[in-house]
Amino acid sequence: VDPEEIIHHLKDIRLQEKGSGSQRQNHLTPYNSSYASQEDIPKYKIPENGTPGDTVYAMLRDELDLDGRPNLNMASFVNTYIEKDAQKLFVENLGKNLSDNDEYPAMISFSDRCVSILAHLWGVQKGEKAIGTATVGSSEAVHLGGLAMKRRWQEKRRAEGKDAYKPNIIMGANAQVALEKFARYFDVEARILPVSAKSNYCLDPALVKENLDENTIGVFVILGSTYTGHYEPVEEIHKILDDFESQTGIDIPIHVDAASGGFVAPFTYAKTGGQKWNFELPRVKSINVSGHKYGLVTPGVGWIVWRDESFLPKHLIFELHYLGGTEYSYTLNFSRPGAQVIVQYYNLIHLGFQGYRAVVENCLSNARLLSKALEATGWYTCVSDIHRPPQKQAGSTHASSSSSLSSKDTPADENREEETSADYTPGLPVVSFRFTDEFQQEYPHVKQETVSLLMRARQWIIPNYALPPNEDQTEILRVVIRESFSFDLIDRLVTDLVRVTETLMENDEVDLSLLQQHQGGRRRPVTKDDKRTQKEEREREERKGEERGEEKGKRMGEGIHRSVC
Amino acid sequence: MVHLTIIPKEDEIRDGLDIPLTGALKAVHLQLANDEDRFTTSVYGSKFAAADLPRHEMPDEEMPKEVAYRMIKDELSLDGNPLLNLASFVTTYMEEEAEKLMTESLPKNFIDYEEYPQTADIQNRCVSMIGRLFNAPVKDAEASSAVGTSSVGSSEAIMLGVLAMKKRWKNKRIAEGKPVDKPNLIMSSAVQVCWEKATRYFEVEEKFVYCTPDRYVIDPKETVDLVDENTIGICCILGTTYTGEYEDVKAVNDLLVERGLDTPIHVDAASGGFVAPFVVPDLEWDFRLKNVVSINVSGHKYGLVYPGVGWVVWRSAEYLPQELVFNINYLGADQASFTLNFSKGASQVIGQYYQLIRLGKHGYRAIMSNLTRTADYLAESLAALGFIIMSQKSGQGLPLVAFRLKEDPDRTYDEFALAHQLRVRGWIVPAYTMAPKTEGLKMLRIVVREDFSRNRCDGLISDIRSCQGILEQMDKETVKKQQEFIHKHHVVSGKASHNHPKYHKEKHSLQGKTGKTHSIC
Repeated sequence: VDPEEIIHHLKDIRLQEKGSGSQRQNHLTPYNSSYASQEDIPKYKIPENGTPGDTVYAMLRDELDLDGRPNLNMASFVNTYIEKDAQKLFVENLGKNLSDNDEYPAMISFSDRCVSILAHLWGVQKGEKAIGTATVGSSEAVHLGGLAMKRRWQEKRRAEGKDAYKPNIIMGANAQVALEKFARYFDVEARILPVSAKSNYCLDPALVKENLDENTIGVFVILGSTYTGHYEPVEEIHKILDDFESQTGIDIPIHVDAASGGFVAPFTYAKTGGQKWNFELPRVKSINVSGHKYGLVTPGVGWIVWRDESFLPKHLIFELHYLGGTEYSYTLNFSRPGAQVIVQYYNLIHLGFQGYRAVVENCLSNARLLSKALEATGWYTCVSDIHRPPQKQAGSTHASSSSSLSSKDTPADENREEETSADYTPGLPVVSFRFTDEFQQEYPHVKQETVSLLMRARQWIIPNYALPPNEDQTEILRVVIRESFSFDLIDRLVTDLVRVTETLMENDEVDLSLLQQHQGGRRRPVTKDDKRTQKEEREREERKGEERGEEKGKRMGEGIHRSVC
Repeated sequence: MVHLTIIPKEDEIRDGLDIPLTGALKAVHLQLANDEDRFTTSVYGSKFAAADLPRHEMPDEEMPKEVAYRMIKDELSLDGNPLLNLASFVTTYMEEEAEKLMTESLPKNFIDYEEYPQTADIQNRCVSMIGRLFNAPVKDAEASSAVGTSSVGSSEAIMLGVLAMKKRWKNKRIAEGKPVDKPNLIMSSAVQVCWEKATRYFEVEEKFVYCTPDRYVIDPKETVDLVDENTIGICCILGTTYTGEYEDVKAVNDLLVERGLDTPIHVDAASGGFVAPFVVPDLEWDFRLKNVVSINVSGHKYGLVYPGVGWVVWRSAEYLPQELVFNINYLGADQASFTLNFSKGASQVIGQYYQLIRLGKHGYRAIMSNLTRTADYLAESLAALGFIIMSQKSGQGLPLVAFRLKEDPDRTYDEFALAHQLRVRGWIVPAYTMAPKTEGLKMLRIVVREDFSRNRCDGLISDIRSCQGILEQMDKETVKKQQEFIHKHHVVSGKASHNHPKYHKEKHSLQGKTGKTHSIC
């Protein structure tokens, strides 16, 4: 059944009843206009004639009510709350173009200051000239960082008189889609390494060693896996690359994708558990972060910083002349809004170090509470580790010694009465959880996906998806704790989760199978675009299936499940 | 510009101030309150008003939000007045209702299709409307339908277009068993910088069709002559940023058809895409032409939305190779995505839909007609003042006026001097050196935007006249000095301190090689 067709049909009947051509032009309130009941709002063709602004405003606002509630979306890292004053600044500067430096010098200088502040926050070393830029988000930043690595590698290879046709880049299977996109769009072979429980579902240092060669342009290390919130061991990978260089003389750089962690790790008491991750490590040449995640800005801003100008090939920079002045440009986007940059600067100076620390510590404390509450039910177990005491791992003695130091010998100036993140494993405020093995045995008919669907009926959005390969048999539910997710909401969330799970345990298989067919999500009118997407989706899946030799129609279709970041 | 920034070293940071003034200040005995007021009186009574804003390192302590807001707002008042900026195509005015709608959508993440399905649907509607506006083939039931997506701006859209052309060419070549290491792209030397970026970043060789002193667009024959087996596509600009002229897409297409070539054409209609269909609907430049496979347009130019939205449409899915499309699988909903950016604001897309249905074809036509009239009026007035008009009139090009001074050996000043002089009056009218091989032709350009009414046009004309009067009274030496003075004190980018010495005088772009200036888009 095509709902649009039914409505279209009914409309025809009514128009005939009324007699055609009696378009009402009454405009007392927005709901008196012809769009209120006579005409469908234009969807596919630009209408011949216009409509008053207040009517269009009312119609669109009403339609947008069908969108979800940003704050109840536990699936996304993207910040949804900004202060009123920040919003005021945002609106006042909505029309400003970040690429127009001649016209908006004050805004541009804010951008410069943000870059400078971030570089210092990430431990830029003395004697180096760090350089950086604002981007639309971490995707653009990752592309720029990767492209600089590729070009540096090419220049080096050509200088040595070797071929430069087969570059490759290393990343974990938990990588965001942007990292893989980089490889595809810029013709670099992506060496996507499988993850395991041992590697905390992150990039496995042992596998990195095996995959290095002279054509490796660099390693993407993710500070804060989006699956479980674990930090990837930057320092460990750094050591492996050091060993590789001492054996073969090949110098391989690291780009740290700190999209979420760049604004978390520096502020928490836990830091990264004693491991270094930033510019203190000489191999880390560039770091990117999303301003619109824990940078606490609304969507549309990211940052990338290179530790020194020499790591940004001159070849990629474009010089632009304006009325006598000159600017340098290395971005994929040109004209774009600048209001987000202003709000980023507002946040940095308004919150300060202590303010950011308070926000992040609150998030982590709430995340710990949720994790412990879930495990207390006995039905769930957490895959994320931020509520567990720091592990003493062999091989990273340095890490354990310094973290135990911070938990025992509290510095005098931090008279902490409450526990802080330093008492626990460092990570992003993310709670990934699944049914315990006992629960699965006892109630084999209960599917985790159903929990996600039923929670959705209560307005919560908690995605359920498979971990990256080779752990893709395990499915997890993931909750991201953001600034605006307070203690009270945690309370409600746990209550609802318990109720939903209880309902599931009491009901038998038949009801549930019905529910599963009724896939989540609202039904949208099927547009041409969708049809194509579906077709393409099928083809793509077939192709993928052939490539990987997987059976078709597997529920999780693609091996790697793409989460919204 | 998009701001590669140097991070100053410790010794370069002089206690916050860029210019040390302290030595010049006399020590006076003052009786000042010395309580470190955090925030007890007004914003300006707090300790923050007496201190510098943090520039290089994050402050340790918080700052009250009212103070942070006020300090930032005050500093932003140093930005220019968008109404007097005649250099940029980017929209600076939207209706209040649209602003309200956009503000309410601020926290929405556009990429989060599952959470914001309605926003995603609105994007699809915009793509459909814009595709139809460009005459995408929708009647033929057999052909696979046109596809499109929104982007942050035309730069992203163009990069996507180039990627698609490159990948398609590569796939074809690999299927034929031929080498794929030397792709090239044919374009005019008057292209925007993002075309140069696209070719460089994606490793495609650039083949330029150069302009001549009396032709500022590509020559169709010369263009088609450049086509070889390694050509991934041809770029045609609908409205060059220098003179606003529309390139003859139809002639290029017809020549290709005549020679039996199937080289794809990408039309860069960043500015013209929302002008030509309303002002000159009979001009054939879009999907009506067989070889046009993709078109990009900026929503934030004549699409009348605030910065941050562009569009790209492909004639059919076949021109968008599948391996470039990534699927975001999220809570049971699959969405195909072909973008360089991921998370971004949804406001601009909603703003675009608002404008499309709020104005309708009739409304867009009314606005574009007014702009064309104003541009014609301005061009005629400037011609009467003795300038040579280089742009087209009456809808044959974008609503902008490009002009230069008459050749005159006795003249003591050039276009750049006039631009600087106008700057003092507050107007930003940019002067450019034209595309290469036009013998260093200089020009001035005025972009007529929605908010540039006839009244302000008159104000501008009289200011141009008076600036000319001032310049005519000076000798060469004075003009030079005056220009330097203005450059130093009135022009912002002249003072920019964050620019990096290493990237000075790059030699790889058209600008570095030939002295062409890129115009602001």
